[in-house]
Amino acid sequence: MSEREVLELLRENARYSTADIARMTDLDGTEVEAVIEELEAAGVVRGYQAVVDWDKLEDERVRAEVELNVRLDRETGYGDIAERLARFPQVKALRLVSGDYDFDMEVEGDSIREVSQFISEKVAPVPEITQTVTHYVMTSYKENGIELGDGEDDDRLSVSP
Amino acid sequence: MTIELSDRVKTVPPSGIRRFFEIAEERDEVISLGVGEPDFSTPWAARDAAIASLEQGKTSYTANRGTRELRESIADYVADRFNLGYDPDEEIIVTAGASEAVDLAFRAFVDPGDTVAIAQPSYISYEPGVIFAGGEVLPVPTRKEDDFRLTAEALDAAGAADADALVCCYPNNPTGAIMRKEDLKPIADFVREHDLTVLSDEIYAELTYDVDESHSSARKTKSSVGDHASIATFDGMRERTIVFNGFSKAHAMTGLRLGYALGPAGAIGAMNKIHQYTMLSAPTTAQHAALEALDSCDDDVREMVDQYDRRRRFVLSRFREIGMDVFEARGAFYCFPEVPGNFTAEEFAEEVLREQGVAVVPGDVFGAGGEGHLRISYATGLDDLREALNRIEAFVDEHV
Repeated sequence: MSEREVLELLRENARYSTADIARMTDLDGTEVEAVIEELEAAGVVRGYQAVVDWDKLEDERVRAEVELNVRLDRETGYGDIAERLARFPQVKALRLVSGDYDFDMEVEGDSIREVSQFISEKVAPVPEITQTVTHYVMTSYKENGIELGDGEDDDRLSVSP
Repeated sequence: MTIELSDRVKTVPPSGIRRFFEIAEERDEVISLGVGEPDFSTPWAARDAAIASLEQGKTSYTANRGTRELRESIADYVADRFNLGYDPDEEIIVTAGASEAVDLAFRAFVDPGDTVAIAQPSYISYEPGVIFAGGEVLPVPTRKEDDFRLTAEALDAAGAADADALVCCYPNNPTGAIMRKEDLKPIADFVREHDLTVLSDEIYAELTYDVDESHSSARKTKSSVGDHASIATFDGMRERTIVFNGFSKAHAMTGLRLGYALGPAGAIGAMNKIHQYTMLSAPTTAQHAALEALDSCDDDVREMVDQYDRRRRFVLSRFREIGMDVFEARGAFYCFPEVPGNFTAEEFAEEVLREQGVAVVPGDVFGAGGEGHLRISYATGLDDLREALNRIEAFVDEHV
């Protein structure tokens, strides 16, 4: 149970300090550290990243969702194709999905040109890939469960009964 | 010429909270721990239902007692959650917030000169409500040594045996105290013995944490959350009790103003008589939202309760680290630490607001038993709670 609680808190905010998590779970600090170490060692927690609202930065950051269709043969499975694609640093997420296409791939780059080039020169030529459909992200409203944008001011009475 | 005010209105002093509200409004960057309402938005499903009802033009009055659908849903909900059985036709009235229900009860059951015992510290509107109805207030202080639970001894010592009615609110605003089943039994015995009517405000009933104290040191399961006991479930109590509840707190619907009262047919009928001449019916849009809230928002409520519980643990833990005495609040979204050093509660609240920009409410404004304490609301995000507690710590380090 405490593993689950610690995970929920880390997913809520990975920067909660060990002390804060201890305060919220009734574990002590040492126990929290031990739980996190176990979760990391078991590969349950794979890393910690910031959720970024790129629209707030002046630098252009281009992201695309790419639908991929593949044709498998006797020698090649989904895992083989995924392994090959996941190695590219431009690929931020890769999922095998059900439905009209096989893989859902998130790609990031500094410009539309860079992302387009990556898809046409690195992804499309993979022999098993039969089709790519690229959707450029125009605006992101929510990432990793966090709503982006300016947020709402708290307009409740500052003191109330 | 000036308009002459009624004696009853003149008798009631302005709210003790008002002054702190005004000071807080003058300052920039105040973090408020003085807010008695959820910081969560109303669950989307309930908002959608409200919007849909408007789109369909459902904007006329409803039945005085509320729509039948909602009353049926309330009857099912209170039966399922709190083991309370009420007939939706005769024993339930839907009101504009639980506050209206409380006011209706005072006007329906209090005659001029009647004495109404109020377990204190308590929500600040009960006392004025009794006075507006012409009654007299008998404060029944609860003590930190009893974890701010009401006891038969306290009732006896205050002279409540001679009172006509008893008002209590558990889980409690402002202390965060709860009453477990075993705590309620002697109260029920006292009330029956001395023939009192009970007005039981249970608006925070969903917001209870670790009711079974064996879970207090290590929270084992989430099932320990949400085990509220109502005094109306005890033998012989249903016929002398009015239970108040509503959607403001657990369903984060404060602005929609929707509450309800449960009680014997005659009593609810009397409340409805006043309601039909004053409010006519509770807001129609809000009734549609409330119906949906009961139908499909259990998960939202659970999520909010879990969040409050984490914040509660955080706040209690921080107060102990700061060195301020605080008892283990197990309900609502308040805790009630003792004021450290030589400050009065009012001085501490005012100084920490002026110096550190943290708004808290002095316990005195909630009546007898609240002196020397502060009401801290944790209905605010953890980042703000952390910063506010850091500022309180800095204030205590400097002045105590």
